[in-house]
Amino acid sequence: MGLLSDPNRRKALTTLLTRLNTPICVVCYLAGIAWFMGLAFEPFTLRTYMSENAMGSTMVEERFPAGERALATGREFAGHKRKAGGMPVDWLVKTMQDRGLEVFTQSFSRTLPFPDENKERYMVRGINVYGILRAPRAPRTEALVLSAPCSPDNSNNQAVGLLLGLAQYFRNQIYWAKDIIFLVNEHDLIGMQAWLEGYHHTNISGMDYTPLQGRAGSIQAALSLELSSDVITSLDLILEGLNGQLPNLDLANLFHAFCQKIGVMCTIQGKLQRSDWDTAEGYTHAVQTMMLMVLKQASGRPWGDHGLFLRYHIEAATVRGVNSFRQYKTDTTTVGRLLEGMFRKLNNLLERLHQSYFFYLMPSLSRFVSIGYYMPAFGLLATILLLRALDLWVQLGTPTEVTEDGVGEVEPVSINNQGSFDSPLTHIYIDLYSKRHSTFQMLFISGEGTEQGWRVLKLVALLYLAVLLGCTALINFSLGFILAITLVPVAACVTPHLPKAVSALAMVLLSPGCTILYCVFIFQELQEAPVSLSEGWMLFLSVISQGILDHSLFGSLVYPLLALLVYPCWLLLWNILFWK
Amino acid sequence: MANYFTFLSIFAFINVLVFLPVIHGNSFETKASQFFSSGHTNNWAVLVCTSRFWFNYRHVANVLSVYRSVKRLGIPDSHIVLMLADDMACNHRNPKPATVFSHKNMELNVYGDDVEVDYRGYEVTVENFLRVLTGRLPQSTPRSKRLLSDDRSNILIYLTGHGGNGFLKFQDSEEISNVELADAFEQMWQKRRYNELLFIIDTCQGASMYERFYSPNIMALASSQVGEDSLSHQPDLAIGVHLMDRYTFYLLEFLEDIHPASQANMNDLFKVCPKSQCVSTPGHRTDLFLRDPGSVLITDFFGSVRKVEITREAINLTTTAEQPVEVTSVRREVKSEALSYVDQLPVAEIIHQKPKQKDWHPPDGFILGLWTLILLVFFKTYGIKHLKHIF
Repeated sequence: MGLLSDPNRRKALTTLLTRLNTPICVVCYLAGIAWFMGLAFEPFTLRTYMSENAMGSTMVEERFPAGERALATGREFAGHKRKAGGMPVDWLVKTMQDRGLEVFTQSFSRTLPFPDENKERYMVRGINVYGILRAPRAPRTEALVLSAPCSPDNSNNQAVGLLLGLAQYFRNQIYWAKDIIFLVNEHDLIGMQAWLEGYHHTNISGMDYTPLQGRAGSIQAALSLELSSDVITSLDLILEGLNGQLPNLDLANLFHAFCQKIGVMCTIQGKLQRSDWDTAEGYTHAVQTMMLMVLKQASGRPWGDHGLFLRYHIEAATVRGVNSFRQYKTDTTTVGRLLEGMFRKLNNLLERLHQSYFFYLMPSLSRFVSIGYYMPAFGLLATILLLRALDLWVQLGTPTEVTEDGVGEVEPVSINNQGSFDSPLTHIYIDLYSKRHSTFQMLFISGEGTEQGWRVLKLVALLYLAVLLGCTALINFSLGFILAITLVPVAACVTPHLPKAVSALAMVLLSPGCTILYCVFIFQELQEAPVSLSEGWMLFLSVISQGILDHSLFGSLVYPLLALLVYPCWLLLWNILFWK
Repeated sequence: MANYFTFLSIFAFINVLVFLPVIHGNSFETKASQFFSSGHTNNWAVLVCTSRFWFNYRHVANVLSVYRSVKRLGIPDSHIVLMLADDMACNHRNPKPATVFSHKNMELNVYGDDVEVDYRGYEVTVENFLRVLTGRLPQSTPRSKRLLSDDRSNILIYLTGHGGNGFLKFQDSEEISNVELADAFEQMWQKRRYNELLFIIDTCQGASMYERFYSPNIMALASSQVGEDSLSHQPDLAIGVHLMDRYTFYLLEFLEDIHPASQANMNDLFKVCPKSQCVSTPGHRTDLFLRDPGSVLITDFFGSVRKVEITREAINLTTTAEQPVEVTSVRREVKSEALSYVDQLPVAEIIHQKPKQKDWHPPDGFILGLWTLILLVFFKTYGIKHLKHIF
């Protein structure tokens, strides 16, 4: 007979499973953590390469000349912004029209569910201004977007200046095959959300906006620019978007290729790549970069204005200029040249970027780990849950395990010796259904449970957690993995027979809320801005409020996931701990 | 004795007089046989670029360069079947609209203003290509889209694009395999649609495409062997793409030196683009070809050399066979220089290439300096008193 249908062999298998369960689970957990940490080790990563043929190795000659004029425009913009106390709409419209663009505006307003203390706004009202550069010979079917935020304080003036300078330069070229939209959005993400919703004729966040008067075709790629100083020392690339979605890796490859060609120092997560991967410092550096990306991705919030484009399958990234204490400074003309080169290459595209990876982690700007390499780390953690579930099922199946008399419940169907049914799975389903029914009846009617009761509940909780974390990890690996690290030991180990006080404390310390707290502290450490406990606590509270705001403003799913799906699972496990 | 000599000389003279026309007649025969030695009477060319899209600019430039060479050497548009996607010159991304350049710094516009593309855009398919070769076209096909070759036609077939081991990709949606191509050539042979065929392919792993040929009288050249990639030559930074592939670039340079009366033969063509220049190893196949490649002229395939001798004399063709004697004697007297056609395209003025230096002369300054040094050493050694003997 077969392996599973032969009762003797099955008994041998199941005894093996029961005996070795805990060691295997421990090994799997450690292996999962080790695999994850090993992802940053350079020999295990792949060098980035350009996958899209149309954007290939052919380099173009960048000739953007007008960096100084762009800075002057930026200063004008700053002056007008101060005078207008917000977005200088008329000046922007006039300037863009002078440069030969088709200019349109969009006004929007939104009342937040509660006042946002980080950005100090509650009732938001603003105007987006955008100008469309029509391609001289092409049909208006595709578009590229270059955007710069209009910040209320004195930052990002140079970004708007450079945007206008590039608009003027691009207008004189004849080789554009796609329309280019130059967008200045007010109130950063909220303005961007209003513009995107207007562009794609949707309304998912309850924003009030005027419809867009001018449109340019389907957007193929977008770049958001943040530049707050006249000279920079490095350019930082920001990839993480809403719900942890990332743009196609080719966009990062394009940026990296141009940085190398032009000779600008480029960073990711604010960290410069090191060449000594075989030393401890080099490895920790890579791990830190990767952990920053994981934490940013897990938070599910868009980390730049580009983050909202990704939902519409528009590959987008934010380029931020950083002016730190280094000797070699890059001027605005060079940044303009880099953007010109990137746009010329994006112009050559014939279809959306799809050749390279959509799911990846980057320990540095020239190395990446694809989904095929990082998913086993999560798979090992999920295996623990499934092993535990199997173990419980086996325990439930053998009637001798029942030590106390149950309150009139359905006799567990002996699963092991049924030869007539097809698969053991149908057994599980039938039994669970019948048992759960009876378990809940017991819980709510009789008030006291049995040994069987908590086992069944734990089985349900384990399977539910496995499915939940699995689905989360598929969409947002970082979130799934971080939740798995803390929840899997809890789910695997909890039984009513543990010492209550200690295990209650452990459960609270490993709950999703405390996980967020730890992540906040680790994040601040990695950013090299460590915080004290009280500051950390305030930060933690603001993170939670930001999460709720993100959910209501942009549709971020982290908050509802944690509140509605993960926490009930944790409560189930808490219930098991205090089972009577 | 003198009598004997005079008799001998008269005898010789009579012999010469009698046999000279025969000798001349024989040379006329041999000349006539040489006239038709290659066996072909007309030339055709089928030039195919199998790629489209802007980043395949170089394939279009390849084909257009060969097209221009072939036209320059005499094959008219009516005998050229040109299959191009033709989306380069008017592409929105072209910073120089209506041009396709083959040399960096935009020296040569191979698109010009008299390109005749027979199959353009989406008409470049495997089916159309095979139908052109085998002649199985619908009745309504215009003459310009047909390969109306006969059993005395020499056909040049040039293919370029993206290829692999045993296949060639047509416009991103289909492929032609080497077996299909070999079968098409066999159909052509059985229908007597060619006298000799020269097949040139410039793709990655191009040699795999001619491995399966089995029809006689085919000579094949490829830009790379199986397992090798054909590389592109040079990017133009203003246009933003690679302009030509290496093999065709050096082929074009080689062809620029060929004029309609050139005697260069196939062995020279096999030497085009050695590994040092091409990085890939060009290959060729001559086992199916009946003639020795050394006796095959380049113009047998690339040019449409009309066997014409220009003369100012009128020749009466309706008289009897003794006439050739007078003709030859007339020809012997009027020994004027051979007349020739004017160059159709003054290429040397268009392509600014470095003149090929046959012998190496050291630069002038060097000789001057060398002699000065020798003189100085001489006078240093032997004293200054010799100077007055010089000056």
